[in-house]
Amino acid sequence: MLTAPNAPAKTPLDPALRRDLAFAVQEFNADYADTLDRGDIEAWPAFFTEDGIYRLIARDNADSTLPLSLMSCEGMGMLKDRAYAIAHTEMFAPRYVMHHITPVRVTDFDGEIITAQANYIILETLVDEPTRLLQCGKYRDKFLMQGDRLLLKERNCIYDTVLVPTCIVYPP
Amino acid sequence: MTNDCRFTETHAQADMTDLAWPSDPAEIPDWIYTDQRIYDLEQERIFRGKTWNYVALECELPNPGDYIRSYIGATPIIVARDPQGEVHAFENRCAHRGAEFCKTYRGNTKQFICPYHQWTYDLSGALVSVPFRRGVKGVGGMPADFKLDEHSLRRLNVATRHGVVFASFRDDMESFEDYLGPEMLDQFDTVFDGRKLKLLGVHRNVMPGNWKLYQENLKDPYHATLLHTYLTTFGLFVAGNKTMILTDSKGRHSTLCNARPQGRPENDQAKTEIRSFHAAMQLADPRVIQLIPEKDSPWTSNAITIWPNLILLRQTNILGARHIVPMGPNQFMLIWTTFGFADDDAAMEQHRLRQNNIFGPGGFIGIDDNEAIKFVQDGVMRSVPRHGLAPLGKDVEGPEVVITDRAIRSMYRHYREEMGL
Repeated sequence: MLTAPNAPAKTPLDPALRRDLAFAVQEFNADYADTLDRGDIEAWPAFFTEDGIYRLIARDNADSTLPLSLMSCEGMGMLKDRAYAIAHTEMFAPRYVMHHITPVRVTDFDGEIITAQANYIILETLVDEPTRLLQCGKYRDKFLMQGDRLLLKERNCIYDTVLVPTCIVYPP
Repeated sequence: MTNDCRFTETHAQADMTDLAWPSDPAEIPDWIYTDQRIYDLEQERIFRGKTWNYVALECELPNPGDYIRSYIGATPIIVARDPQGEVHAFENRCAHRGAEFCKTYRGNTKQFICPYHQWTYDLSGALVSVPFRRGVKGVGGMPADFKLDEHSLRRLNVATRHGVVFASFRDDMESFEDYLGPEMLDQFDTVFDGRKLKLLGVHRNVMPGNWKLYQENLKDPYHATLLHTYLTTFGLFVAGNKTMILTDSKGRHSTLCNARPQGRPENDQAKTEIRSFHAAMQLADPRVIQLIPEKDSPWTSNAITIWPNLILLRQTNILGARHIVPMGPNQFMLIWTTFGFADDDAAMEQHRLRQNNIFGPGGFIGIDDNEAIKFVQDGVMRSVPRHGLAPLGKDVEGPEVVITDRAIRSMYRHYREEMGL
């Protein structure tokens, strides 16, 4: 279950370590955003561990501890099925999405799992329509360190933009 | 609950003599989706007329003092449970200066206080106090003949069945059961069988389309296997499935029932008509579409439209209410309330949550519908006006004929009567 969206860091980390971890997560997020912004949805599952969890959660549901997600994937199978559905079965107007992810705040590291958060804004542009705000929200993440590589063990996207404009095609 | 305050509908009807319904019953004019006068008349004749409108599930307000924001037509309301356990619905508009005073999705309270001048209402919508009623030091204040009970919130007539709350602006309504009619009541009871419900969550999206397009969408079995490639790709629903579309005697409500085949529909003759069925395609994790039998029903999905503002959907193990909230001729809000049963075990609840990837504004097939409706609205708003077509099937055919627009035509027959068009 999620804790409050603005929970403070619980253990003070060594500042140098924290900087390094935040930098690694920031690089990861830049890659993640670039992949989705290029529309390469079938490359998206590879950002997760085999048992990776992805959830897109409306802020009011999170605040009321209601468990429903707008999108949810439990493990690689469901991540791949979501990507396949977007790439091959869903009907939607072509669109550009652009992620803007704020600097990362690392709140915990236990030697293996990095707990981090960042805010995000996603702009969406449809043909012959002005660019609009699709989502603003917060990533609440758990990363697994595998060598020099990070993978998402869990990404919860909690969005303030509760009244969704039409629909959300690509996962934030 | 009768309206014990005096309210009047005073506006004169707009001149609509330039709007003429086409003589061919298969034709639907563009202006019903775009004209402000039509929209205003719908609010008056339909949403404030003799209809039962969906407003809440009782599981959203389990305890005394619980409330939610809701809507009846375009009008913001509050649905609340009083200390005696009774459910009330009233307008979210202060009787004083008109402020929409409740700005939270849901909560628990003893009373509602308008922040502007602190007029205070109880959980039934009755005005209970007004500050400075006698003025200050005997000067000013309310007129001597001001009566609290004439200035309550506008209260609505409420009916509940099996945990679902409906409201009406009219006090002279037939019972909800008579309003549905026997066939639709039977369908309603397949989704709501009296077991206690459990709220799982709510999604909201704004749709750039006219609200009636959403009713049409669920009365249109034609699109199901053509638009929703996910359903056909993974064998949830193909054109050869056992399917039925029922309408009530007035033509305003409908149910689309479908029975999923056992296994996959490899040998379905109709699949050659559909580009998207891939016999080789399997989900990597089929739990999303897995059917856990839980109802003694021949159908695996029932999509029920209850006129004018509710879509009820049971699909596999998903249970949901979709509340249509008009926001002008070219826009509406859709509130998706997802639920299970209070006695679901943890695994069943998790299964329902997982399966909800199919619906909602990020759902495998929810996305298709929302986009298609935007496409229609873009088309009717921006092109030279003409008439749309709903020509499939015949009105005299039975419910087993499903490549048909019969239910759309019957809805518009009823609509024209109510609207005087």
